[in-house]
Amino acid sequence: MKKFAGLVLITLAFTACKFNDADKPRLPIMGNRDAVTKTINGKQVTDTVYQTIPDFKFVNQYGDSITQKSLKGDIYVADFFFTTCPSICPIMHRNMLTVYNEFKNVPDFKIISHTIDPKHDSVAVMKKYADKLGISGNSWWLLQGNKEQTYDLGQKDYLVAVKQDDGTPGGYVHQGWFVLVDKQKRIRGYYDGTDEKQVAKMIGDIKILRAEVNTEIAQ
Amino acid sequence: MKLKVIAFITIMLCVIIVSCQSEAEQEYKRYYGSGTLVYKAKCQNCHGEKGEGLSNLIPPLTDTAYLKKNKAQLACFVKYGIKETITTINGKAYEGAMPANVDMPAIDIAEVLTYIGNSFGNKMGTITVDEVNVDLEKCK
Ligand code: HEC
Repeated sequence: MKKFAGLVLITLAFTACKFNDADKPRLPIMGNRDAVTKTINGKQVTDTVYQTIPDFKFVNQYGDSITQKSLKGDIYVADFFFTTCPSICPIMHRNMLTVYNEFKNVPDFKIISHTIDPKHDSVAVMKKYADKLGISGNSWWLLQGNKEQTYDLGQKDYLVAVKQDDGTPGGYVHQGWFVLVDKQKRIRGYYDGTDEKQVAKMIGDIKILRAEVNTEIAQ
Repeated sequence: MKLKVIAFITIMLCVIIVSCQSEAEQEYKRYYGSGTLVYKAKCQNCHGEKGEGLSNLIPPLTDTAYLKKNKAQLACFVKYGIKETITTINGKAYEGAMPANVDMPAIDIAEVLTYIGNSFGNKMGTITVDEVNVDLEKCK
């Protein structure tokens, strides 16, 4: 009898695993979307077209040019900051360091932090900041470039608020969002970078996303 | 009769000492409790929940010897900030800037200093508003 019960348990465990497998968690696809109706072979077909992050050109802390091409095949997290930010950036980057340490040896993951104060945050300033923060290698880039392009990218593409405002400490308003982007350049998650719990969730979601991409490729 | 007087005085003395102690204790608790809130609102983003700082950008508040040595300066740091000077904390050099809090009342400064002075492994006792006022007079 006992043996039988054991057998049932084992079978149950197996089926449970299988069931889980089919029901793998998936992250939603965020951002704006369009329904595009095409006529294929005389039939009307409606496709959803998801918003993607367009190409850009910035310079990282090593002085290298960085474009979408440099991120080909990568999942990445983007945020906006400036090195002299007295308010939320230290919290964001304390939390981002946890993310960096978790994934720094993973080949298909990167972090990109855009400065919204490129006038002060030159490549040299960014390099110094990176050194003091204790990051090296190429898994976390601090990007500097045209201010308009940075603001446009933030507001129109990542859909987060960034703007200059002399009334706030440091002179800039920006929210501490971390934006998770997949290999197809689609937005897959927003996380409050000042909240340790949300950042922990993001770390979990990055793992889900990496698994998702790998199974998609396998199929 | 004499014995009674002595006993009475002794008891009174005891009561005074005990109540004084508890008053100091209460003052400490009040300072420390309010200081926690000031710290959360004004300092924790940079110096961290456990006073751990941030890599080599922002120093931790765990260097007990440094804090003791510079006790009379701490109120000035909080009120007027720190320009990019090099500070050595736990043997590491830091040179970021710390923002000023020119509108912060002396009592809040005393409370937050009492909080950091008795957290993260520090034991400096109460830093009173009177001490802070004296120290602020001497800020450079
Ligand atoms: C914008 C970030 C920031 C904020 C906010 C901030 N500090 Fe600092 N603090 C610094 C930096 C950077 C230094 C080192 C300055 C230097 O290099 O000389 C520092 C130095 C100090 C020091 C002396 C060095 C040490 O580690 O003991 C004390 C004490 C201190 N801060 C206390 C406070 C208190 C109390 C508050 C809140 C009222 C506060 N700080 C808010 C960034 C900050």
